[in-house]
Amino acid sequence: MSTEPEPVSAANPAQPAAGSDDGYVRLRGLTKRFGEFTAVDAVSLDIRRGEIFCLLGGSGSGKTTLLRMLAGFEVPSAGRIEIDGVDMSAIPPYERPVNMMFQSYALFPHMSVERNVAFGLEQEGLSRADIRRQVGEILDIVKMGAFTARKPHQLSGGQRQRVALARALVKRPKLLLLDEPLAALDKKLREHTQFELINIQQRLGVTFVVVTHDQEEAMTLGTRLGVMNQGRIVQVGSPSDIYESPANRFVADFIGSVNMFAGEVREEGPQGLRIACAELGIVRTDRAVRCGPGSTVWTAIRPEKISIARRAPPAAGENAVRGTVREIAYMGDLSIYLVQVQSGTLLRVTLPNITRGRERPIARGEVVWLSWHGSSPVVLTE
Amino acid sequence: MRLSQAAGRRVVAGIPLLWLLLLFLIPFVIVFRISFAEVRLAIPPYTPLIDWRHGTPSLQLHWSAYSFLFTDSLYVSSYLYSLKVAAVSTLCCLLIGYPMAYAIAHAAPAWRPILLMLIVLPFWTSFLLRVYAWIGLLKNNGVINNVLLSFGIIHQPLALLQTDFAVYIGIVYSYLPFMILPLYTNLEKHDPALLEAAADLGARPLRAFVRVTLPQSLPGIIAGSLLVFIPAVGEYVIPTLLGRTDQLMIGRVLSDEFFENRDWPVASAVAILVLLLLVVPILLFQRMQRRELEAAR
Repeated sequence: MSTEPEPVSAANPAQPAAGSDDGYVRLRGLTKRFGEFTAVDAVSLDIRRGEIFCLLGGSGSGKTTLLRMLAGFEVPSAGRIEIDGVDMSAIPPYERPVNMMFQSYALFPHMSVERNVAFGLEQEGLSRADIRRQVGEILDIVKMGAFTARKPHQLSGGQRQRVALARALVKRPKLLLLDEPLAALDKKLREHTQFELINIQQRLGVTFVVVTHDQEEAMTLGTRLGVMNQGRIVQVGSPSDIYESPANRFVADFIGSVNMFAGEVREEGPQGLRIACAELGIVRTDRAVRCGPGSTVWTAIRPEKISIARRAPPAAGENAVRGTVREIAYMGDLSIYLVQVQSGTLLRVTLPNITRGRERPIARGEVVWLSWHGSSPVVLTE
Repeated sequence: MRLSQAAGRRVVAGIPLLWLLLLFLIPFVIVFRISFAEVRLAIPPYTPLIDWRHGTPSLQLHWSAYSFLFTDSLYVSSYLYSLKVAAVSTLCCLLIGYPMAYAIAHAAPAWRPILLMLIVLPFWTSFLLRVYAWIGLLKNNGVINNVLLSFGIIHQPLALLQTDFAVYIGIVYSYLPFMILPLYTNLEKHDPALLEAAADLGARPLRAFVRVTLPQSLPGIIAGSLLVFIPAVGEYVIPTLLGRTDQLMIGRVLSDEFFENRDWPVASAVAILVLLLLVVPILLFQRMQRRELEAAR
């Protein structure tokens, strides 16, 4: 368990010093195996002081196991965790400067709101007056000051979530872990709570690590995201990095929707690539990717980066393809078009509904041209 | 359809109601009525409730059976002794049963039914037989004394049988499952995340148990304790076979009054007072069960 930190990965050339703002939480080669199954596989990661770091992944990706190792509920099979320069390996959960907001909230059902929030402070042996004051302050911050005497079963889901947050925050942890913090709330409340969570985080300056399977939640909450798949972190970056420049096919496909097709590189130059693709015709990109002519790559284009028109674009030889509209889904703010191209594949295109009641909207069955800018396609080699 | 459903429901609820009425309420009323009679040498061996001797009916209510209970210290001391035996036995059952129930609730799910079955297994043998077996274990030349003597731990046999100790052993042994089962049912429902939350907030395991597990298991503790305490107060077989001869429990006193003294009024009064004594814990138990049901909804 006390193995030396692994060599720095290529994506992270400047290794932050232990306890620095950039390396506030440092994971090195962190691994957890349950019998034959490796839940978390040699994860090395730096989390910055004061940021909201979102671990995003599907079920079984290892994100919850990673979080439970940070809390101390699971003992790593290998690797180490440092928080603010201190190795956590030998420190039990009840002595870690870490608090967790559980997915089920795990409020103590036999205690009032006030007693729930005071529980953590009571373990520190603070005076009654101090406890009362701090509990009052944090309950005011989460706007639950009027409900101190209620029991958890007398609260709504949103109120319970606030109490759970207050209880985890009242000890001013160095690190707050949030396990699917918004999963139990309905859609409207979720959106509202998201912004409030960011607000509170900025006010208190506590470092948050959020685990979620909901990419929308991760995008709005996170200053940075770590996308997990099969126990590994496949990409770390800002929400726009992850969305606009996915590192591989898994990330491109997992985050948002995407039209992604294999193609063969015809020309490779400093100005970009020309790729021949059965579904999209000739795709020209204006960004250079080192892959070698003749190699197979994947071209990914987000649905909102494709325009749809009745007339052919001026340079119809490349970055344009003709197809027939098969389905139109009107979503209010935007419409989704499923367009069948010559190869028979359906492409997904979204258009914002900028005007009210267009005169001659594109209808199902129409033949249309799809085109995109050279900056839109992402070329993926893995 | 709806009508027949309602009728069906009435039948289903009616059968146990009728059962309780015939086999519990009516006998109770009869016992209650006998407790206000006086003993006489006749069949039945007590005075009638309504006397027709002077041509007009006159109600004959006698308090003599009740007042008699307080003139002889035998009854009061038997009551107090029964309460003490029941209380100590209940406490022992709780101290032994809680860790067992906790262990079963935290065992691997596949093991739980097996462990529970082991708890219930003694019921497959006759209760009387099992209590008799304790005589063989506890008597002067019984198994326990012989083993201790042969190892040289003691040099003359310990008087184990016919002591308070033997009664406690008998009652704790016989009633332990009634403590474990409700405790298990309660502990098994606890959310393990709550203990993690307590640890996360800085509580060491023992503190987390005292602050989180123990208060939440209180309904199970109360249910188990009452299920042991109530029958233990009136226990007849165990103290008769294993217990002291100089200090009787109230169940034995009651049976002696009926069958040895043939003083039905005093026996009935003893029964009524035992019932009154147990009414408080029984009501407590029912109120708690109702609250459990409401909370579960």
